[in-house]
Amino acid sequence: MSEEIKGYFHSKETFGTVDGPGIRYVAFMQGCNLRCKYCHNPDTWKKENASYTMTVDELIEDILKYKSFIRSGGVTFSGGEPLLQPEFIEQAIDRLHSLGISVAIDTAGFYNFEKAQRALTECDLVLLDIKAIDEDMCKDITGQSNSFALKVLEYREKIKKPVWIRHVIVPNYTLDYKLLEKLADYLKDFSCVEMVEILPFHKLGEYKWKTLGEAYSLEDTPVPENEEVIMAKEIFKSRGLNVH
Amino acid sequence: MGNPINVRDFIINNYTPYYGDDSFLAPPTEKTLKLFDKVKKLMEDERKAGGVLDIDEHTISTITSHKPGYIDKDLEEIVGLQTDEPLKRAIIPFGGIRMVRSSLKAYNKEMDPEMENVFKYRKTHNDGVFDCYSDEMKKARHTGIITGLPDAYGRGRIIGDYRRIALYGVDFLIEQKIKAKADRNTAVILDGNMIRKLEELSEQARALQELKEMAASYGYDISQPAKDFKEATQWVYFGYLAAVKEQNGAAMSLGRVSTFLDIYAERDLQSGRYTEEQIQEIVDSFIMKLRMVRFLRTPAYDELFSGDPTWVTESIGGIGLDGRPLVTKNSFRFLHTLQNLGPAPEPNLTILWSSKLPETFKNFCTKISIETSSIQYENDDLMREKFGDDYGIACCVSAMPIGKQMQFFGARANLAKALLYGINGGKDEKSGEQIAPVLPVLDQDEYLDYDKVYQNYDKMCDWLAGLYINTLNIIHYMHDKYAYEKLEMALHDEDIIRTSACGIAGFSVVVDSLSAIKYAKVKPIKNEDGLIVDYEIEGDYPKFGNNDERVDKIACEVVERFMAKLSQHHTYRRSRPTLSILTITSNVVYGKKTGNTPDGRRGGEPFAPGANPMHKRDSNGCVASMMSVAKLPYDSCEDGISYTFSIVPNALGKNEDEQVKNLTHLLDGYFDETGHHINVNVIQREVLIDAMEHPELYPQLTVRVSGYAVNFIKLTREQQEDIINRTFHTRF
Repeated sequence: MSEEIKGYFHSKETFGTVDGPGIRYVAFMQGCNLRCKYCHNPDTWKKENASYTMTVDELIEDILKYKSFIRSGGVTFSGGEPLLQPEFIEQAIDRLHSLGISVAIDTAGFYNFEKAQRALTECDLVLLDIKAIDEDMCKDITGQSNSFALKVLEYREKIKKPVWIRHVIVPNYTLDYKLLEKLADYLKDFSCVEMVEILPFHKLGEYKWKTLGEAYSLEDTPVPENEEVIMAKEIFKSRGLNVH
Repeated sequence: MGNPINVRDFIINNYTPYYGDDSFLAPPTEKTLKLFDKVKKLMEDERKAGGVLDIDEHTISTITSHKPGYIDKDLEEIVGLQTDEPLKRAIIPFGGIRMVRSSLKAYNKEMDPEMENVFKYRKTHNDGVFDCYSDEMKKARHTGIITGLPDAYGRGRIIGDYRRIALYGVDFLIEQKIKAKADRNTAVILDGNMIRKLEELSEQARALQELKEMAASYGYDISQPAKDFKEATQWVYFGYLAAVKEQNGAAMSLGRVSTFLDIYAERDLQSGRYTEEQIQEIVDSFIMKLRMVRFLRTPAYDELFSGDPTWVTESIGGIGLDGRPLVTKNSFRFLHTLQNLGPAPEPNLTILWSSKLPETFKNFCTKISIETSSIQYENDDLMREKFGDDYGIACCVSAMPIGKQMQFFGARANLAKALLYGINGGKDEKSGEQIAPVLPVLDQDEYLDYDKVYQNYDKMCDWLAGLYINTLNIIHYMHDKYAYEKLEMALHDEDIIRTSACGIAGFSVVVDSLSAIKYAKVKPIKNEDGLIVDYEIEGDYPKFGNNDERVDKIACEVVERFMAKLSQHHTYRRSRPTLSILTITSNVVYGKKTGNTPDGRRGGEPFAPGANPMHKRDSNGCVASMMSVAKLPYDSCEDGISYTFSIVPNALGKNEDEQVKNLTHLLDGYFDETGHHINVNVIQREVLIDAMEHPELYPQLTVRVSGYAVNFIKLTREQQEDIINRTFHTRF
């Protein structure tokens, strides 16, 4: 039965250096339940558009080709939303752990927490994308509530396993000092938060929306100024958080 | 009795491995900075003058032809210039007087009538070669299926063991040559080979005598061994200087001198003769001299090898056969010149990498790479097995034990074109002319049939390998006859190993083309003359550079088969054929000369450099790309497999510390997976684009291109664009 499960993939990056520590094999899983306005990979939304599928065995075989490189890092499941394929991820984590390979999951949270719970328990690191600390804004940006992401954070705190927070700052949306302060105040009490990554909004994925025939609503939104990024980071630093 | 010359033995028994970090290094002294200001000014003037500052058109360059030259005598720790003025280029005509004439013309100079007169009576290498070329060879050369042949200038890629001068003094070396000749004079059979050998030994002894005279003109007596670090460095440099006064070889590499010289430095530090600052000052002064080596070239040559390269390759690091790293403080000092004097393409600093090198040294190297993009890396574990622990790199990727092996440099065969000839039955895809033997044209099927194409391609390679080796045989026979490297060879053993170092271009094009024919459907399209000039691809196919076994297997086969074919032919001086996958910047010109290919590449578009995957076809990230390249068998490509890697700093890691560590781990992984060579560029694409528009703002911007580094602003516009368009590994 377990052999039957197939993972749906968008692509892979064999030299991942920005999705967790060290050099990582990053598997971009296909399918996402969010529709973020600034998404730079809208081509990962629909599961049926996967560019390839693999069984757990096939994935492990592929990852092992790169074992000399990922000694210092590991494997990151990103996406898309990897937790939309929880059984696959769970099995992959077990296999990778038995091979001594560290695993990170890059997620924005998932509405069916129970289904994803085992993967969230077992993985060595969660890269948690908190889209917005304000519930209404989160719904506006992503179409979903932020309660899923916050639940993941609380859970990892409970089981004392590390989380790196990621937060995209978008002018007219999340690039708001009041909101950033609110988020920083919220995060500062979590001992599981090892790092906060502030990611400035960019438009490099805009062309993909056009290719897919999707309407891109942030055409006129500017990218943050350098000083704005620095100031945003300062807000988190001032709360004693480790910021990148 | 063993050979009395044994530099390796001296190194192994006397050197002090260094395991520490870079904190001991000294910044440039005031004297260094003053001198370097003058050098920078000279280089700026050179650039403004259109690339050549001055030419001495009246003198045939020999070891002793010019009176001493200085930049500023009081500031120079290490002295010696190729001519009497800095950056003034000399005429080195014995490789080919024709090239001298056209170079002079390109810079609006006339050849001195006296010199014209000399060459009425004296042939050069180039004349000799063309006396013997067949029509077939000339045609192959013209269409570019064999190209970049060293038939008009010095062949280069020979490394004199310049350390011998410092260790033994010149008198002892001369004695050895005279003795070697005397021993051979009594041979029972004096045949052509033996007579050539006798003449060479006499020439070698004479060149060493001239070397002594040249040094004396600068006020140094180098007949005896060097006594301290400064002398040792100066003796080594005099040897190198004599070589570049005598020869304008395409690549004039230095060898592996830094750890050798460290023995002197360490002794002087211990005894208090020199301080760290003084030692670094001497190293900086030496490196400045190496940055100033110049040859007179034609614009056509620059189109192939742009950026005024000299390939003063210095090999640094590696692990000894006894397991100790050959890293010394001087390894750090040489690299540190890139910080003290800023980035530069020359000398071509090459790290002999092993994951077993001290972490401190590895991280220092990668830090310098990130800061300067000026160094390259090669796999010491692979090469040590074949060449021991005292080899050096000639040019870009060619390893050879120093003083014990030399190569007959052999340019490249264009395998992408060979494939097109195979499809068109031996006709050139651009001119339609029958160049190769007639084979059936593959136009019977609607889609190209893999087996038929492969068979024809293979036959084409049979023909090409034979023609190629014979062409090289002529070239090297004539080079030995008319432009023998007497000084460089004087710094070799009397009995040496020779290789015929062949090369291939268009590697990933031919591999992807074969893959397309095998895994997709490729429809040939003919022009009105019935020549197949284009291809339509239906469906997708696996592309080289994605760590995909289906196509990587084809890649390995391509090199193994071509190497096997080369091995079947008789070579000049019984040299052993070897193969490289290295194009330098010539991938642009070779691409220009090659029509549409079945992989979808348009005619005229550049090939990928060296063994690189084609631009933008590697889509799984750079490790997958490296893995494909690392699979290529070094046993079949013993002359080197060049891979160029360009990445934007952010894609390497979030901060400097992570970038250094990630690059170190990346190199550990690549070389543990048996990759042979890698150029590392860490640079913002936008910077390159800006430098194209505002060269004056980027006088030292250095990028690495297939085995060597170039000053970006000295490249032709086409080559600059090629570099910018090449896969920059990035992700957002």
